Amino acid sequence: MSVKVSSLSKIYGTQKAVDEISFEVNKGEVLGFLGPNGAGKSTTMKILTCFIPQSSGTATVCGHDTIAEPLEVTKKIGYLPESNPLYMDMYVREYLEFMAGLHKLGKITSKRIDEMLEVTGLIAERKKKVGQLSKGYKQRVGLAQAMLHDPEVLILDEPTSGLDPNQLVEIRSLIKQLGKNKTVIFSSHIMQEVQAVADRVIIINKGKVVADDSTENLQNLTGNEIIVTAEFKQNIERSLLGNIRGVKSFEKMKDGKWKIVSENQKDLREEIFNFAKAKDLTLLSLYKEESSLEDVFKQLTK
Amino acid sequence: MFAIFKKEVQQFFSSLIGYIAIIVFLLVLGLFIWVFPDTNIFDYGYATLDSFFNIAPYIFIFLIPAITMRSFAEEINTGTIELLSTRPVTEMEIILGKYFAALLLVFIALVPTLIYFFTVYLLASPVGNVDTGGIMGSYFGLFFLGAVFVSIGIFCSSVTSNQIVAFIVGVFLCFFIYLAFGYLSQFGVFIGKNDYLVESLGLSAHYDAMGKGVIDTRDVVYFLSIISGFIVFTRTALASRRW
Repeated sequence: MSVKVSSLSKIYGTQKAVDEISFEVNKGEVLGFLGPNGAGKSTTMKILTCFIPQSSGTATVCGHDTIAEPLEVTKKIGYLPESNPLYMDMYVREYLEFMAGLHKLGKITSKRIDEMLEVTGLIAERKKKVGQLSKGYKQRVGLAQAMLHDPEVLILDEPTSGLDPNQLVEIRSLIKQLGKNKTVIFSSHIMQEVQAVADRVIIINKGKVVADDSTENLQNLTGNEIIVTAEFKQNIERSLLGNIRGVKSFEKMKDGKWKIVSENQKDLREEIFNFAKAKDLTLLSLYKEESSLEDVFKQLTK
Repeated sequence: MFAIFKKEVQQFFSSLIGYIAIIVFLLVLGLFIWVFPDTNIFDYGYATLDSFFNIAPYIFIFLIPAITMRSFAEEINTGTIELLSTRPVTEMEIILGKYFAALLLVFIALVPTLIYFFTVYLLASPVGNVDTGGIMGSYFGLFFLGAVFVSIGIFCSSVTSNQIVAFIVGVFLCFFIYLAFGYLSQFGVFIGKNDYLVESLGLSAHYDAMGKGVIDTRDVVYFLSIISGFIVFTRTALASRRW
């Protein structure tokens, strides 16, 4: 068990930022942390990285308690804070050397820095000052810093904010690759990202865990409705559609285009096709909508 | 601790702060000792560095808080303190790294002033007729004084995220601890009763004592305890940000 959190709470004044949350993350797992703004994602991460102490409960990383053995915990963790603070007046390489010094990397410093510059695509920028870099490159410096000492657990607070679409894809695949032999916990509020990268998702809302399951299972949570969109060339009478077997409800989107909802996880596409054939209608398109994590998220955090 | 020390020293000398602090220190002192009337050594006519050791503390009062004001205030302001706190280093290592870096700057500023000593040494008649013991004692005193001011400056920087506030509070505290107790001891309530005790709470009494060329353990203990006191306060101030 790489990371174990049990009934963790953090109270700021009278506000409960994190309320009795518990979860475990195994080695080689990529955990997506989802939640609306102010849900307690960053607070949980700050507790895990020993930046702030919890009000109650325990958090352990690789068997070390965050309160009792902070030095052991911080050795095992690579952390990218939410706002990605950096020393703007340092050169990229100088900054990474400083971070390596804090981790006491010693002789392997230079080799590790070269590797990290390579992995994060910073080679061309290594001689620039951090403050001169664009946001996306700063984010990469933050990531390079987090991975520098080859930590067992990576905690990334919104690692992809400020990246352009190409960089997004690169960083996502990097996280996925890292997750093969490390534990990665990352937060995000981009659903597609979590869907694409995480093996498991924890959704928290108002400091409480509202869902903790594998990404696939969560997507199926939306219930047993299946939505099919069908587009016909001709206009059809509303009453006609009710004849299709298994239809629960339907909704006109525009002329000839209908959203048809079925019951009991029944896939209606075959029925609709047969219906069109029987009525001599031309079917232009027919597709099943995948229920997305977004819907689950909306339902759970309402 | 060494990594932080190294980074701080690099930051002093890559951002001009270090050079400016040293140049201003030497320039102002040089003007007072050699150029300005009333304080310059030629008019004074004695081969001593008294005016140097009288003026240097006042320059330190302004210069040292200026050197230390960014040490924690900037880290707190930009959030980089989160980077430092989540690395395998203790708070004490962070504080001491920053402390010794600023102290090194004070030391580097003091080294060139040895030229003043040699100048006076050569100007004396006969050559070498100076109170070398007294001057060496004063140097120790001045270095300890600087060390105390650095600890005060670092502490002031750790309680705020605003560098200007850190500077102003730092100047005030340095000024207060250097002079205020000496003046306080002259109040009627203390005179003849515990004026000596009140005076010895201040820095100037111990600084002057060292200037006589006697390195008394009581003075050294005084300096060291003030320094450790402010370092512990700094640690508490940093820890309290996380509560």
